[in-house]
Amino acid sequence: MTGGEALVEALKKEGVEVIFGISGGAALPIYDALAKPAAASIFNVLVRHEQAAAHMAEGYAKASGKVGVCLATSGPGATNLVTGIADAILDSVPIVAITGQVPTHAIGSDAFQESDIMGITMPIVKHSYQVRRADDLPRIVREAFYIAGTGRPGPVLIDIPRDIAQAEVKEFIYPEEISIRGYSLHLAADPADVEAAAELIARSSKPVLYVGGGVVNTEAHEELLALAEKIDAPVTSTLMGRGAFPDRHPLSLNMPGMHGTAYANWAIRDCDLLIAVGVRFDDRVTGNLSKFATNAKVIHVEVDPAEIHKNRHADVSILADAKDALRKLVDACAPAQHPDWRRQIAQWKEQEPLRYANNGKLKPQYIMEVLSELTDGDAILATDVGQHQMWASQYYPFKRPRQWLTSGGLGTMGFGFPAAMGAKVARPTEEVWLVTGDGSFQMNLQELATSVCFNIPVKIALFNNMSLGMVKQWQELFYDNRYSGIDLAKVPDYSALAQAYGCVGITVKTPGEVRPALEKAREIDDRTVLIDFQHDPAEHVYPMIPSGQSVQEMRLQPNE
Amino acid sequence: MQNRASPQRKHTISVMVDNRPGVLARVSGLFARRGFNINSLVVSATQDPEISRMTIVSMGDDAHLMQVVKQLNKLINVITIFDHTEDDLVERELALIKVRATVDNRSEIMQLASVFSASIASISPSEETMIVEATGDENKIDAFLATLVKFEVLEFVRTGKIALVRGAKST
Repeated sequence: MTGGEALVEALKKEGVEVIFGISGGAALPIYDALAKPAAASIFNVLVRHEQAAAHMAEGYAKASGKVGVCLATSGPGATNLVTGIADAILDSVPIVAITGQVPTHAIGSDAFQESDIMGITMPIVKHSYQVRRADDLPRIVREAFYIAGTGRPGPVLIDIPRDIAQAEVKEFIYPEEISIRGYSLHLAADPADVEAAAELIARSSKPVLYVGGGVVNTEAHEELLALAEKIDAPVTSTLMGRGAFPDRHPLSLNMPGMHGTAYANWAIRDCDLLIAVGVRFDDRVTGNLSKFATNAKVIHVEVDPAEIHKNRHADVSILADAKDALRKLVDACAPAQHPDWRRQIAQWKEQEPLRYANNGKLKPQYIMEVLSELTDGDAILATDVGQHQMWASQYYPFKRPRQWLTSGGLGTMGFGFPAAMGAKVARPTEEVWLVTGDGSFQMNLQELATSVCFNIPVKIALFNNMSLGMVKQWQELFYDNRYSGIDLAKVPDYSALAQAYGCVGITVKTPGEVRPALEKAREIDDRTVLIDFQHDPAEHVYPMIPSGQSVQEMRLQPNE
Repeated sequence: MQNRASPQRKHTISVMVDNRPGVLARVSGLFARRGFNINSLVVSATQDPEISRMTIVSMGDDAHLMQVVKQLNKLINVITIFDHTEDDLVERELALIKVRATVDNRSEIMQLASVFSASIASISPSEETMIVEATGDENKIDAFLATLVKFEVLEFVRTGKIALVRGAKST
C-alpha cells in the first residue's frame, strides 16, 4: 500500500464520501490512489479553482455537520485554498485541507510549485501537519478529523510531500484511541456555573438570549427553544446563528447588530441580562463595546475558553458545549413570565418592523419575501457577502440549523456558489438556493462548469445592481457620494452566461416577473438555474449601525 | 463594563511544548498576530526529550496575560502553561559584557565583577578588551551593566530569563 492509498483508506475510515479538489504534479500519487477501486465510494469532484474546493468543503460541512475535505496540489494549488481556510477558521467550520507538496528532499530548495503552505497557513489553521513518514498518515488523518470536528471546530491542514504519498506503507494501523496531550475539550458545563447562571436568570425581568454559531454547530436548537420558552426570553440570532431559533416564533428578534432589526438592538440596549450562547461579541454585533448592552449582566456560554472575557466581561461564564449547557440550564431554571418586557418588545416590533419602500420598482427585499413564501422557509440558503447577504438574513424565515450558509467572520465574496454546491452534495434531496450579488458571483462563477459536469444543480438568485452595492452604500452614506471602484457595469449577460455553461438562465427586470421566475426555477431539478434579478440599484440595507458606533446612532429605513 | 484594566507589568510564563520542528514558529507567530509583545523568550530542553520548555516574559495587564495564556493553550503543540505571576521563583539571566580593559583599569573591573559574583571569561591584553560573564536576575544584570558604563562597554549580549519555582511545586 502506498502513502496515497493509506490516505484514502484513512479517509474512508473517517466516513469521507466526497472530496473537492484539483490535481497537479505533487498531488499525482494521491489522485492515483483515488482512481483505484478501493476509492470508489469517494465522490471525487473536480472543481475549476481550488478556492471553490475549500468553500465547497465548508458548505458540505455546514449543511451536514460532518468534516468537509478539499484537496489541492502544491504551490499555487495550495495557496488558492488559503482564502477558504481563513474563512473556516473565522466561522469555526470543520474542514480538512489536504495539499500535495514537493518531495521531502526538495523542500526548501524553491523547487517547481513549491510553497511553504505550512508557514503560510499557520495563523489561520486550528492545526496543521506535514507528513514526514508514510506510516504516520493514518494517525495524522485520525487526529486531523478529530481536531477539526470537535470543540470549537476549524480547519486542519495536512501537507503531504510527493515521495511520502508514493512510499510504501508497511502496515496500515488506524489508531482506535486518540490521545493528543495538548488538546483538551471542555464540553460539560460545571453545575456550579449553571446554578449561578440560573440565579441571574431568576432575578432578571428583561432577559435576552443572544445566540450564534455555537448553537448551530452543536444542533442545540431544541434545548434553546425549551429554555427560551421556559424563562420567557426573546432570542436574537447572529449572522452565524441564523436557524438556531425559528424566526416565526413570537420570541424571535431576528438578527442583532450592524444590519440587525431595530427591535433586536433596542432589546439588547434595554435588557438587564444578556444570555450569550455560542457567540463571541463580534464587532459587527456589538459596535462600540463600551456602549453595548450597558444595562445588562452577562452570562456567557462558550466552548472556547479564549472567547470568555475577551471582548466583554462575563458575570457568569459557562465553559461548555452549547448543547450541554442549554440542557442543564433548562433543568436548572424556574419557569418565568415577563409580560411587561414582552409587551415592550411587541411594541418595538410594531413600531419598526423590517420594511422597505414598495414603490413599483424591483426591490431586493420583495424577491426575498416571495422566495420565503414559495419555499415556506424550508430551503437551504447560501449567500455571498454584501447587501444581498443582509437582505437574505433579514427576510428569510429560518426554521432550523444547517439551513443557512454564509461567510460571516472573513466576509468572503465568492463563498456562496461553491458553498451552495457543497450543501447540495451533502443533502441532494433538498432545495438549495444561492442568494448572491453580481460582485460576489463573479468571484467563483467558473464553478458553473463543475455544477454541470458533476450534476450538482443549485438555484441561483443573483441580485444584480451592477455594482459593489455595500461599498456603494457606504460611499453614499459616509463619503459624500464619491464613487470609487464600485461600478461593475452591465457585464456580463448572466442569463446568456448560464446558458453557455449548459445551465438555465432567466432575466427578471420587473416585480411582476419575480414570482413566475422563482416558480420556474423551483420546477427545474436537473440543472442549475440562474435568475438575473436586475433590481433597483439605489436600494440600501437598513437598519444600519455605522461601524464602531452604537444603537444610539442606528439609522432606520427612511420614509418615502 | 469591559475587562477592567489592571497595572502593566512583566509576566513570566513557562510553556511546555512538543519538541517538534515548527512549534517555535507557531508560538512566536501567535504573539505577533495577536499583538502580544515578547520581552524575552528562551527555549530549552527538559528532562523529557519529547518536551521543550519555553520561558516567556511578556509585558501587559492581567487581561492581556489571560488572553496570552488562553490563546497559547489553543495551540495543539502546547501541552501546559504555568503562569508565574504569583510564584516564588528562582530567575536567572546570563550576560556576556565586553569592556575596554587597559592595564590601568583592569583590576578595578575585576574587583567590580567579584562584587557581582561575575567572572572573567576572556582577556585579550593586546586588544585591551575583556569579556565579563554575569548571571543573576534581571535587576542584578541591569545594575552590573550600569556600573560598567563608566568603562567603555564595547558590546554585550544577555539571554532571556529562565526560571523555576522554589520548592516541590513543578513548573
